[in-house]
Amino acid sequence: MIEYFKRHPDKVIEPLLQHIELVLITLVISIAVTSVLTVIAMRSERVSRVMNNVLAVVYSVPSLALFALLIPVTGLGRTSAIFVLTLYNQYLLLRNFTTGLREADPAACEAAKGIGMTDMQILYKIRLPLARKAIFAGIRLAVVSTIGIGTIAAAINAGGLGVLLLEGLRTIHTAKILWGSILSAGLAIIINRLLKLVENRM
Amino acid sequence: MSVIIYDKVCKRFESSKGYAVDHVSAEIGEGEFITILGSSGCGKTTLLKLTNRLYDPDSGRIMVAGKDISSVDPVELRRSMGYVIQQVGLFPHMTIRDNITAIPALMKWDRKRIDDRADELLSLVGLEPSEFRDRYPHQLSGGQQQRVGLARALVLDPDIMLMDEPFGAIDAITRLNLQNELMRLHRELGKTILFVTHDINEAFKLGDRVMVMNEGRLLQFDEPHEIARHPADDFVSTLIESARSQEHFWTENEE
Repeated sequence: MIEYFKRHPDKVIEPLLQHIELVLITLVISIAVTSVLTVIAMRSERVSRVMNNVLAVVYSVPSLALFALLIPVTGLGRTSAIFVLTLYNQYLLLRNFTTGLREADPAACEAAKGIGMTDMQILYKIRLPLARKAIFAGIRLAVVSTIGIGTIAAAINAGGLGVLLLEGLRTIHTAKILWGSILSAGLAIIINRLLKLVENRM
Repeated sequence: MSVIIYDKVCKRFESSKGYAVDHVSAEIGEGEFITILGSSGCGKTTLLKLTNRLYDPDSGRIMVAGKDISSVDPVELRRSMGYVIQQVGLFPHMTIRDNITAIPALMKWDRKRIDDRADELLSLVGLEPSEFRDRYPHQLSGGQQQRVGLARALVLDPDIMLMDEPFGAIDAITRLNLQNELMRLHRELGKTILFVTHDINEAFKLGDRVMVMNEGRLLQFDEPHEIARHPADDFVSTLIESARSQEHFWTENEE
C-alpha cells in the first residue's frame, strides 16, 4: 500500500484533491440555494413543511439511482454530481436552518416584534445570530454527507476518491481500495472533528 | 382628551370557543396609568396586543391619538408605543446598550446620539451606564434585566407604554422597588401606561384606574377605591374579598 503510494503518488493525491474540490463547490452552491429556500420557508409554516417533505423524499432516493436518472438531463461528469449532491444537502441544510431560526429565543423574538422590528429585521438581527450554532451544525452534517456520497459520483465520471474505489474493486487492487476507503473515511472524520471544534466555540 | 379608545372590540381565536376579548369599550385619557387586572385567560394580554396590532380585532375599532389603528402601519404603530413583556426578551447576543438602542440603530441614528440615548436611559432606570452598557443580558439579575427592558421600551420616547405583567417573574422585594420606580417614572415623564397584571394589590397600587376583566369581558373600569367600595358584580366582589382576606392574615399576626 505504501509501496503503491511511493510509485504513483499522483494517483492517490489527485483524486483526494478532486474530492475536496467537489465537496467545496457543492458546499458553496448548497448554502446559497438553502439560504434562498430558508427565506421562503420562514414566511409560512405550511410551505416550509411541504418543502421539507419533498426534500425528504428526494433524500431517500439512493444516490446511484439519482445519478443515473440525471444522466439524460445533465450528462455524465461533475455537473451532474454537484447537482445531485446539492439536492441531497438541501434536506440536511434546510431542516437545520429553519429549525434553528424558528426555535431562536421566543421571548426575544416576541419583544423584537413588539418594539417595532419588521419580520425581515427579526430574521437577520435576532434569529440568524441566535441560530448560528444550529446553522453551522447543518453545514457540518452536509459536508460529511457530501464527502461520503461524493465517492459514488465517480460512477458517473465525476472523479474524486470514488475513482480509486471503483477501479480498485474492478481490478481487485487492494492498495487502491484501501487508499480510497481510508482517505474518504479519514477526510470525513477529520473534517467532522474540526468543524465540531469550531461549533463548540460558537 | 382620550388618547386610546376601544370601541366594541372583539377578538376570538380559532382554537378556543368563546371570545378572548368580548365587546370591550373603554376610553383612556392622556397620561393615565391604567392597570388591567384579571386571571390568566381573561383576555387582558390579548387586549394589550390588540393595542399595538400584534393582533387585529375581528370587529370593533381601536383609536389611538385620534387615528383608527387599522389604517396605521403596524411597525410604525409599535415604534410609537413602548412594549415590555414578562419574559423581558432581551436579545442575548447584544450588549445592554445595543439592546436598548436596537431600533434607533435600525433607523440609522448616528453613533453619538445612540450612545448618549443609551446612557441617558440607563441612568433613568437606575443602572449606572459605565457599569452596565457593555455587559450582556445573562450577566444581569432578573430585576436589572427588566430595567433594561423598560429602557428599551422608552428609547423612542413614546407617549404610550404597554406593559404585559412586567414584574410577574420578579421576587417580591425587587418588585416593590420596580413598582415604586415605575410610579416615579410615570410622574416624571407623564406617559400613558397600560399595565397588565393578575395581582390585585399591584393593580390597585399602580393604577389611576383599573380595568377588571373576566372571560374576555370588561367588568368594571374605575378608580381603585371606587371598585373596592362598589364592586360591579359578584366576580369583582369575590376578587376584592380575596384580597381583603389576605390582608386580614397580616393584621391578625401583628396583634
